[in-house]
Amino acid sequence: MAIVEAEKLAYEYIRRDDEGNVDGVVRALDGVDLKVERGQFIAVLGGNGSGKSTLAKHINAILYPAEGTVTVDGLDTSKEENIWEIRQKAGMVFQNPDNQIIGSVVEEDVGFGPENMGIPTKEIWERVDESLKILGMDEYRKHSPSRLSGGQKQRVAIAGVVAMHPSCIIMDEPTAMLDPSGRREVIRAARALNDVEKITVILITHYMEEVIHADRVFVMDHGRIAMSGTPREIFSRVEELKKLRLDVPQATMLSYELKAAGLPLPDGILSEEELVDKLCQLYVTM
Amino acid sequence: MIRDITLGQYYHTESLLHALDPRVKLTGTLIYIISLFAADNVTAYLVAALFLTAMIVMSRVPLSFIVRGMKAVAVILCITVIFNLFLTPGIPAFTLWKLTVTWEGIRGASYMAVRLTFLILGSSLMTLTTTPNNLTDGMESLMKPLKAIRVPVHEIAMMMSIALRFIPILLEETDKIMKAQQARGADFETGGIIKRAKNMVPLLVPLFISAFRRANDLALAMEARCYRGGEGRTKMKPLVYHRRDVIAYLVLVLYLAVIILAGKLGPL
Repeated sequence: MAIVEAEKLAYEYIRRDDEGNVDGVVRALDGVDLKVERGQFIAVLGGNGSGKSTLAKHINAILYPAEGTVTVDGLDTSKEENIWEIRQKAGMVFQNPDNQIIGSVVEEDVGFGPENMGIPTKEIWERVDESLKILGMDEYRKHSPSRLSGGQKQRVAIAGVVAMHPSCIIMDEPTAMLDPSGRREVIRAARALNDVEKITVILITHYMEEVIHADRVFVMDHGRIAMSGTPREIFSRVEELKKLRLDVPQATMLSYELKAAGLPLPDGILSEEELVDKLCQLYVTM
Repeated sequence: MIRDITLGQYYHTESLLHALDPRVKLTGTLIYIISLFAADNVTAYLVAALFLTAMIVMSRVPLSFIVRGMKAVAVILCITVIFNLFLTPGIPAFTLWKLTVTWEGIRGASYMAVRLTFLILGSSLMTLTTTPNNLTDGMESLMKPLKAIRVPVHEIAMMMSIALRFIPILLEETDKIMKAQQARGADFETGGIIKRAKNMVPLLVPLFISAFRRANDLALAMEARCYRGGEGRTKMKPLVYHRRDVIAYLVLVLYLAVIILAGKLGPL
């Protein structure tokens, strides 16, 4: 069974003026159909205002659909009685690392979720130990979060979600405020969670390089899913991506231009190594 | 620079006083303060002084740290002493220019000075030996009975600990905004008080906006992690009384008994 499923999902932000009259309606999501299988690594791409964050908030039952349905592990998010179970099953990591850490000591922050769930004290400690180890933050457990780097803070935030034993983690642009090394740190952590812990990961981002390892990529534009497929399928459609004002990874772009210039290269090359490899083969055969 | 301001005034050592349950320390401080105001003879103050000295020695906090707390209240202390000295009616001791100092005044002023000094030393000893987190936990637990009259005890404690968590972040942000505004020619250093206060506006407005935005984000993050108030919540670090805490309570009772006894001995 699919872990997350959205059907004809629509959501509107209503803008009001000072008197509370409706000033305008922004349709942030407009008929989104999406299916995520258990254990997958999913990437959702999109420019600013494409509706990707709104979609993320629906999966965590922070926003409720105006039309259509969202189900998480078979639970309907629009039903009030389901929301706590859904929030436990589908953990969420946000963009700003400073604004999502509640505890003033790393281990206390990781324990915050389990505390809210009413887990017995002894088990909270087990969960905190375990998730700090998974995220490699064990040696920082007694530190104050304000002294950590951005990437480390984001790993603490992820550990806080992992301690709730979710079956799925939604990361809403977790790397947008980080430097390149912090970004690598977080993406590596996300992939490890998926590979080793078999947790479904839904990564929302606008950095193309982060999606090349995903099982499936959804590209959003104006509240709709504009493209979907494997990273290779997506990146072979360079023209379409450009139209959506999305940047293609450098290696893909270069191979696209080379191909346009007449070199017989395959479509959808994702990494530098792959490009070098293909170019070498070409050189040998020429 | 602005980051290096230490929060609260916790001073870490491995002393018994540090290891005590925060509830014991809070109750102890309260009892100590009450005893200071109840006592009105020299014997009682000697007992109180002895108790405080013992605690300070036990805490292993350097005396300079404890006395630091006195600086902030030195002015208030002086004013209280002066008022007590000159304005208490009674048998005149001597006259200074137009002001008469009475024996009662001398007595009252010296008691007041001793009371305030002990009070401040005692309460700063508590904050020096208890982490801010422990302190909020202790308060939450001690105020629990107030829940019956609908005081949102858990929420107050949660607000306090979140405030503690955000102070360094907001300080850093203030620093950043200040630099950004100075780079655009804002002046925070010259001019009179009114002008300087006016110049703070370009600092405070962005700071407030960002604080509200952070609060909104944090509320969202807390809800996403299943936070729904204190109901049905368990604790990762619950407060548990140990043997040393029970002994500490006994010591407190003993202290209280001795103070009352000293009071009964009559004024010296």
